[in-house]
Amino acid sequence: MKAIESGTLTGRGLHLSFGSNHVLRGIDLHVERGTTASVIGPSGSGKSTLLRVLNRLIEPDQGDILLDGRSVLKDNPDELRRRIGMVFQQFNLFPHKTVLENVTLALRKLRGMSADEARRKGLAQLDLVGLKHKADARPGNLSGGQQQRVAIARALAMDPEVMFFDEATSALDPELVKGVLALMADLASAGMTMVVVTHEMGFSRNVSDTVTFMDAGVVVESGPPAAIFDDPRTARLRSFLSDVL
Amino acid sequence: MDAFEQLGKTFFDWEAMAAVLPDLLTVGLPNTLLLALASGVIGTIVGMLLAIMGISRNRVLRWIARIYTDIFRGLPAVVIILLIGLGLGPILRQLTGSTSPYPLGILALSLIASAYIGEIFRSGIQSVEKGQLEATRALGFSYGSSMRLVVIPQGVRRVLPALVNQFIALIKESSLIYFIGLVASERELFRVGNDAASNTGNLSPLIAAGVLYLCLTIPLTHLVNFIDHRLRVGRKQKPELEDLTTMSEGARA
Repeated sequence: MKAIESGTLTGRGLHLSFGSNHVLRGIDLHVERGTTASVIGPSGSGKSTLLRVLNRLIEPDQGDILLDGRSVLKDNPDELRRRIGMVFQQFNLFPHKTVLENVTLALRKLRGMSADEARRKGLAQLDLVGLKHKADARPGNLSGGQQQRVAIARALAMDPEVMFFDEATSALDPELVKGVLALMADLASAGMTMVVVTHEMGFSRNVSDTVTFMDAGVVVESGPPAAIFDDPRTARLRSFLSDVL
Repeated sequence: MDAFEQLGKTFFDWEAMAAVLPDLLTVGLPNTLLLALASGVIGTIVGMLLAIMGISRNRVLRWIARIYTDIFRGLPAVVIILLIGLGLGPILRQLTGSTSPYPLGILALSLIASAYIGEIFRSGIQSVEKGQLEATRALGFSYGSSMRLVVIPQGVRRVLPALVNQFIALIKESSLIYFIGLVASERELFRVGNDAASNTGNLSPLIAAGVLYLCLTIPLTHLVNFIDHRLRVGRKQKPELEDLTTMSEGARA
């Protein structure tokens, strides 16, 4: 993997409401380039929404988003999202396209690559996740784990500076979780900047550089994994950990 | 002559059928096909526009699509055909000098078809999971490109059976054009059959016309079933292409 020279991501004072529902209440998050930040917390705490605000799938009501120290709120959001790869809980592969076409769609239409060039890059990307031999299959004929690895290849094909994972293993059968987590750990150790919303506490503790605990739209605690998991300071984090561990 | 023979004479007079067949095949059939095809194509294009307007975030566009659909889907076809065919005739004559109501017939059929097809497309597009749009936008595509490349193709695929059903309805509805009065060479299947039936006082020519309608519609209903089955069961899985991929890679190297 090529050296990554950018990708430091910062969210500052992010607020978001849906009607009277105040989902994010002033979130600060800082992810140094080349590091992995995991975001944990109970369901409905706003973790997944935070990811969507950080890549402007949803525009924040207040606050700022910086990539490499520069605010990106004035940029074209489509341009921003080309720099940030995203992997979803439900994979969201395009069922009417082959596995290879899923990976090459953005390369061809957004990067303007020729069919040949995109095909070569797409196959290389699929090789990286161990699924080159499924290039011509339809997503519907793959297992959940394979689908999620294709989704990761699809996001990586755009050479993103940051990767978002939104509960990427929550929809997988237990025996398929390991392979996807291992792939994510490989990416992290290869120096990819990652924000990982997860319920996998083992992954959070072992792979991430920082852990952020969210509850009810605020960051309750954040710090290195050892501090969060071994020395929680707030009652809310202690009760969350005792529920999930 | 007993009643049975009488019925046979009324409906299955082979000579009367043979007499009308040349007109049915050279005048009626081409006109029915032209009417159905032209209004099917226009209806599909306008219907797609209506569907996109109907799910637009712009309230005015949504309203326009809503009102259009309510009117043209809510009125009897024959009312629309008469109002358009007779009402717009003078305007068409002023603009083009043409006195033929034929184009107005196509227009009326297109207006009706687009209202139905718009609703078919809209329901298909809206049935596509939200995650598809989200994933496409997350890659960096604009809303328009995401709809065009990912959401609409999937939505249209899901409603292909309903769309073909609509084409079947169009073939049958094209017969209503006879209300606006057409010259001999513009007559479609029903009108040719009906004229011959009136002239001979025998219904057999209409039966012949009906058989030709069935020749058009029955294959289409089977096409609907085929597409429907294919969509539910899926295409036959192609054999593993593992060897092929490695081969082409080797050839490239």
